[in-house]
Amino acid sequence: MRDVAVVGFAESPHTFATPGTSNGVEMLVPIFAEVLGKTGLSKADVDFWCSGSSDYLAGRAFSFVSAVDAIGAYPPINESHVEMDAAWALYEAWLKILTGEVDTALVYGFGKASAGDPRRVLALQLDPYVVAPLWPDPDSLAGLQHRMGLEAGLWSEPLTPVPFADGASVVVLASGDRAGDLCDRPAWITRIEHRVDAQLRHWLDVPSARFEVGDVEIAEVHAPYRHQEILLARELGLGDGVAVNGLREGNPMFAAGLARIGTAATHIHDGRANRVLAHASSGPLLQQNLVCILEAR
Amino acid sequence: MKQQAAVIGVGQTHHATKRADVSMAGLCREAIDRAMRDADVGWADIDAVVLGKAPDLFEGVMMPELYMAESIGAAGKPLLRVHTAGSVGGATGIVAASLIQSGVHSRVLAVAFEKQSESNAMWALSIRPPFEMPLGAGAGGYFAPHIRAYIRRSGAPVHIGAMVAVKDRRNGALNEYAHLRQPDITLESVQASPMLWDPVRYDETCPSSDGACAIVLASADAVQGRTAAWVKATAMRTEPTMFSGKDHVNPRAGREAAEALWRQAGITDPLAQIDTAEIYVPFSWYEPMWLENLGFAEPGHGWRLTEVGDTAIGGSLPINPSGGVMCSNPIGASGLLRFGEAAMQVMGRAGEHQVEGARNALGHAYGGGSQYFSMWVVSSER
Repeated sequence: MRDVAVVGFAESPHTFATPGTSNGVEMLVPIFAEVLGKTGLSKADVDFWCSGSSDYLAGRAFSFVSAVDAIGAYPPINESHVEMDAAWALYEAWLKILTGEVDTALVYGFGKASAGDPRRVLALQLDPYVVAPLWPDPDSLAGLQHRMGLEAGLWSEPLTPVPFADGASVVVLASGDRAGDLCDRPAWITRIEHRVDAQLRHWLDVPSARFEVGDVEIAEVHAPYRHQEILLARELGLGDGVAVNGLREGNPMFAAGLARIGTAATHIHDGRANRVLAHASSGPLLQQNLVCILEAR
Repeated sequence: MKQQAAVIGVGQTHHATKRADVSMAGLCREAIDRAMRDADVGWADIDAVVLGKAPDLFEGVMMPELYMAESIGAAGKPLLRVHTAGSVGGATGIVAASLIQSGVHSRVLAVAFEKQSESNAMWALSIRPPFEMPLGAGAGGYFAPHIRAYIRRSGAPVHIGAMVAVKDRRNGALNEYAHLRQPDITLESVQASPMLWDPVRYDETCPSSDGACAIVLASADAVQGRTAAWVKATAMRTEPTMFSGKDHVNPRAGREAAEALWRQAGITDPLAQIDTAEIYVPFSWYEPMWLENLGFAEPGHGWRLTEVGDTAIGGSLPINPSGGVMCSNPIGASGLLRFGEAAMQVMGRAGEHQVEGARNALGHAYGGGSQYFSMWVVSSER
């Protein structure tokens, strides 16, 4: 298999509500400039573009279509999009580099939670025939999970949601033969995997996060509720010596998982660590999980 | 480096205006079960699932693959959800192929669906993007002016659109899964149907369908002697919806995707080397327009292939022998249907609409404002 590394990362400030449009352009343009500046790449040097976002968050079909305006995609570009957190767009870009078709990829995610009422919107991720008509919002579901954990003695702190935020993030990937030119200390992807669980399951179990990740110095985890960091640390087998960082400055949906990967890569880029874990989640109560191990060489 | 990928099974639903007999998961499962039987694989053989569909607002469910994870056999496995507008069915096939070409997996299930009857696609399409003129007229209102521009530029006779409609609907009558099956349709009946968006008449536009398509892809090792459609090349290209100099009739993103595709497949003369093509034709006039965009004909000349009957079954380049989007349009699945039908042709499994001796076939999809393009070439030869 070809080697692939994270060579650049940038993210917008996480704010409660931006005045910009729900297609993310105003949040994306500055961070594209930042990450291209850092890596010394021009738009034309990017072989493949891939993004993650949600139409429902924007309240409009095809919201990602006008996000392409942030790129200035002419001449036309080689591009794809997932209706998921952009961590999974990074996975698609990683595949594309592995095939040998491309050497560089720019991955971005954006979400403007303030465009609507996310508690209402996220209820629509549930079974549309028998569950969604009851409009169970994410705080209520997390509250049930939290109560089960209290009773099981897993935690004692109160339920703490990470507030929704508007935000965007961008990561640049490069193949082994290009990474060294773009970054002094590339963060090599030595493992990236993801799985989904059935929506109905025992809520204190997260089988899709059960990955043996080995020894890592730092773990950047993507948990929309603080108690879920405890569930994830347990499933991922993280020891007491691991610094576990979660979402702290808000939850920019569809950009947050990619930002965990970017933040983890920054620990390598800056020489703070040699082996780190990034984790992304999607769906109600951590239904879908992705792990990415990044290493210095 | 790049591993070879091949389609080993294709399945689809019976497409209809309302499939009230099945849920969304049931619709997908109908196509999946057929594809897995066609491929002769079981659930333990499937390493990963890729699901594609057009906007979630078409059904009113946010990321429906989450609720369907178990029904589509993805629980405990990797699941990717692709959305690249109308081209998404094609993108779904391409992402599934890349899971194998990258060497990560051996067998992958790709599934795409749309259950338009759950909501109102016309409403979901009448969006108000920031800084753009709201159209409020659905897809037909958007594309009709581009068709008029094509007719003006090429000097094509006005009956070409009706000819394509007759051909596709008669082809659809040979396809047991098609939504519209009209063996008795005539040029005169099409031309007598109501005008919707000048010059597009009622019989020259696609239906709104509920439907799904699924395909099973395998690595060379996992084909294990099965009949296969080998993926020879894939290409995707994107350009913005609107910009100064945009050519809506012959978009550069489509031209460049086709050029990259032919190069990758080692095809120098697509008209001679491709035996049949399933291309995304939601309004009949898009057949000649895409023939030019894809490089099968010089700009302004695509309609001549249609007029002399070259694009009919039995012609030199049969286009949409399945009846195409003109007969069934479950939007998110329409691209994967094109890709799957191309594979069926080279596997010799297209039944009554089989093109005799088809060895190399094109699957094509487009989306957004003629700005997202996805395509692949499949071959009976490894």
